[in-house]
Amino acid sequence: MPEQTLSIRFFARLREELGTEHLTMPAPAGQTAADLLATLANRGGPWARLNTGQPVMIAINQAMAKPQSPIKPGDEVAFFPPVTGG
Amino acid sequence: MPQKSSACSQAVPSVSIQNADFDAAQEYAQLRDSGAGTGAIATFTGLVRDSGDDQGVTGLFLEHYPGMTEQVISDLITQTGQRWDVRKARVIHRIGRLPLQSQIVFVGVCSAHRGDAFAACEFIMDALKTSAPFWKKELTDAGEHWVEQKASDVARTEGW
Repeated sequence: MPEQTLSIRFFARLREELGTEHLTMPAPAGQTAADLLATLANRGGPWARLNTGQPVMIAINQAMAKPQSPIKPGDEVAFFPPVTGG
Repeated sequence: MPQKSSACSQAVPSVSIQNADFDAAQEYAQLRDSGAGTGAIATFTGLVRDSGDDQGVTGLFLEHYPGMTEQVISDLITQTGQRWDVRKARVIHRIGRLPLQSQIVFVGVCSAHRGDAFAACEFIMDALKTSAPFWKKELTDAGEHWVEQKASDVARTEGW
């Protein structure tokens, strides 16, 4: 994975609504997971759904994270609805 | 020689995520093969039923986050071993399309005593439901829809 980018993944209902499973983006310094989510929501169209108040869970490098969790270049960030396994 | 209690001494991996069905009897036999100190085995199997968020469910589709799922469940098993006497634990979760009455999930725990076996098995199952990255979609004759997380499931996990 290139050092200065983020790998972003979407799952389940979000993956379907956004029509996107994976994308790569530049990684600005000092960004949090909430900042990244806001940037994505500003893309408009279906992406605005990320900002409608429906719960979005966050994982950074495959561990659960919080909106205020910092993101650094090279991270894998995932957004998904509350989990429903079992 | 007495066998030391350990959650991770078995040759089979503790966590399997797979589309294929599993044989609960075989899993039970492997849990039973855990030394003379084992006095109790608790197992749970979850099945696809015909009603959930909707009536007339004909099957489920299960999606997961490969890698993270295994790690989360593996961490749950480790936590379980810190709270209860767990000699061996095994979790299998199926993914993909599963018709009615399919087995979805298996949790098995063996311990010296029943209290630890029951509690550890129930804890793993409750915590899996609210922390392991799986998502269920219900398939019905009228269409399909993603299942919503239940407040009652979250409350159960918080109760531990």
